Amino acid sequence: MATATVRPRKRGRPSGPRVAPYGFLAPAGILFALIFALPIGYAVYLSLRKVEIKGLGLGKNARHEVWAGLSNYTGVLSDHELFAGALRILGYGAIVVPTMLGLALLFALMLDSKHTRAGGFSRLAIFLPYAVPGVVAALLWGFLYLPTVSPFTYLLDKLGLPEPDLFSSGLLFGSLANIAVWGGTGFNMIVIYTSLRAISPDIYEAARIDGASELQIALRIKIPTVAPALILTFFFSVIATFQVFSEPTTLKPLTNAISTTWSPLMKVYQDAFVRGDIYSAAATSVVIAIVTLVLSFGFLKAANSRTDQGAS
Amino acid sequence: MRNSLIAKATVAVLGAALLAGCSSSSDSTPKAEDTGPVSLTYWAWAPGLDKVVDIWNKKNPNIKVTVKKQASGDDLVTKIITASKAHKAPDLVQAEFQALPTLVSNDVLADISSEAGSAKSEFADGVWQQVTLGSDALYAIPQDTGPLMFYYRQDLFKKYGLTVPKTWDDFAATARALKKKDSKRSLTTFSSNDAGLFAGLAQQAGAKWWTTSGDKWNVGIDDAASKKVADFWGGLVKEGAVDNQPMYTPAWNKALNTGTQIAWVSAVWAPGVLTTAAPDTKGKWAMAPLPQWSAGENKTGSWGGSTTGITTDSKHKAAAAKFATWLNTDPEAVAALVKNGGIYPAATTAQTGSALSTAPEFFSNQPTFYTDAAAIAKTTAAGAWGPNVNVAYSAFKDAFGKAAQNKTDFTSALDSMQSTTVADLKKQGFTVG
Repeated sequence: MATATVRPRKRGRPSGPRVAPYGFLAPAGILFALIFALPIGYAVYLSLRKVEIKGLGLGKNARHEVWAGLSNYTGVLSDHELFAGALRILGYGAIVVPTMLGLALLFALMLDSKHTRAGGFSRLAIFLPYAVPGVVAALLWGFLYLPTVSPFTYLLDKLGLPEPDLFSSGLLFGSLANIAVWGGTGFNMIVIYTSLRAISPDIYEAARIDGASELQIALRIKIPTVAPALILTFFFSVIATFQVFSEPTTLKPLTNAISTTWSPLMKVYQDAFVRGDIYSAAATSVVIAIVTLVLSFGFLKAANSRTDQGAS
Repeated sequence: MRNSLIAKATVAVLGAALLAGCSSSSDSTPKAEDTGPVSLTYWAWAPGLDKVVDIWNKKNPNIKVTVKKQASGDDLVTKIITASKAHKAPDLVQAEFQALPTLVSNDVLADISSEAGSAKSEFADGVWQQVTLGSDALYAIPQDTGPLMFYYRQDLFKKYGLTVPKTWDDFAATARALKKKDSKRSLTTFSSNDAGLFAGLAQQAGAKWWTTSGDKWNVGIDDAASKKVADFWGGLVKEGAVDNQPMYTPAWNKALNTGTQIAWVSAVWAPGVLTTAAPDTKGKWAMAPLPQWSAGENKTGSWGGSTTGITTDSKHKAAAAKFATWLNTDPEAVAALVKNGGIYPAATTAQTGSALSTAPEFFSNQPTFYTDAAAIAKTTAAGAWGPNVNVAYSAFKDAFGKAAQNKTDFTSALDSMQSTTVADLKKQGFTVG
């Protein structure tokens, strides 16, 4: 700063080493380094380490941490259970994402329609499950799924109808997806609804003068205009699917059908906190993070290039 | 422009505050004193333990113990290993018997044979062997044990004309007879969500899951005894004679409370669980010894049971050992543990002492409950635990969960549990024989 007074140039603006921008950037930079870069760096470091054991492995100095090279990564990539978990997640996501976004779009369009009554109440009612924490939602639905305590099976029994076992291997995916759809539809609906409200009413008026019906307005104007919001919600939903953990973990004690390594993140948890092998857990985490990043950005890029084309 | 400047300044101030927050928290850990009064921290989950510790603190002003309540079992094992890696472990920790090899292998527990070795005479040999891991060292003082027993609904057994099974063959016959008389009821369930019970049943049959020879670990999860137990339960599940749903769920509570399940193979601590799970059935249950593999035998296994260990991080091992010995052997302390925590003490004199003279309230119809329990406890087969019990237990949940769900072969589930456990030991770098 002192140099500014020595070498004044162009209306006396300081031109020496520009510290001010870095000063303003520093807090964000330091926070980024401390709470983002450092833990990730440490996880990568851990993923390259392992423990070596001498003899029976009992008592002092029986364990030593050593470099493992890429052996944790080869272990992860050849792990059948992790691969099976990834497949399960794909199946789960294939149910959750289309159902949740389809319902969210439908509700948003209905709420945006001129003929809707009690819109405020409906909006709140659909959004409310999002405010219920995932663990609580899973417990709540778990009780409803358990045959002997569920009011549904009680009613079916009274009506003389067959009682489905919602935890059987075939229905399990649907049961788990139902919890995610119940909890997530409201949030996605709000995002889509907000972007619907941003459309200028002039466009609708013009469409009506041209003789478009409400359905045609919805299909030809509303849905194409909210496409960015749909892409965003799809993006969030896919990431949430990759990270599914609390629902299956909460339901696991209630049934034999969910294994301890049902989803990839459950496998990480199992490795780190049950097997006590933080090194391979770190390697799995890094692999999951890379896969999520590649898929998310790949999708975003594809979506952006399509919308750019549409604009030009 | 002005607004964004203010915003940036706010971010800067907030950032600085956050950083200050981070750094100040690390300074607040207490420093250990080497002279004068000693203060010890104790991580444990046993209910009412703080009241027992109050008695000690009143009597020993120079060794002050503070209990920090923890989640039970496996969670605490993970937590204490992590704390120990950071050299921030408490002085004392509650640990289950099967967790001891894991903790010793991670250098969490100190050898206290010179400080507390004299307590040996207070405990049964089978119990003591589990805290020494068969070596000359001593890694913990036993606190409570969980000998397995057979619990059944006295009223419903009478109603259906069933007799208490003496052998496992009788047990299977009883399960089938009940199904024939009332298809809606089951004798019990085979649960895949707690490997401890299956381990105890295998122990009764003579299984030794982990043994050592020289510098090698041997894993015998698929030994003949365990196979026999797995086949037995697998057969009952397959033919539908017993239920296949897990324990400790709302559905299970309801089954016990309404009498859809009329018996439970469980440990000495079962009255506490039944009190909360099946409150309407108070006074209707009775306890008998576990069925045997051949008539005339007299053996049981154990499910649960814990110890008090002293960590390698503790700077006051002698004081901690003194407290741990007092807690688990002194008549007043053990009586308080029984009264406040409802535990079944490991110390042999306490098992027949005055603290256990009256039966649990839930079993007031069986006044000899604890006398019977003490006789059964004497017949407990020794446990044989290894450094990756957690892995074997979670492999049990997955393999047996699947087998119970699909009513398929339990032997292959046992094989998968064995191979997962061996593979994990090898991956960790242990030599496996």
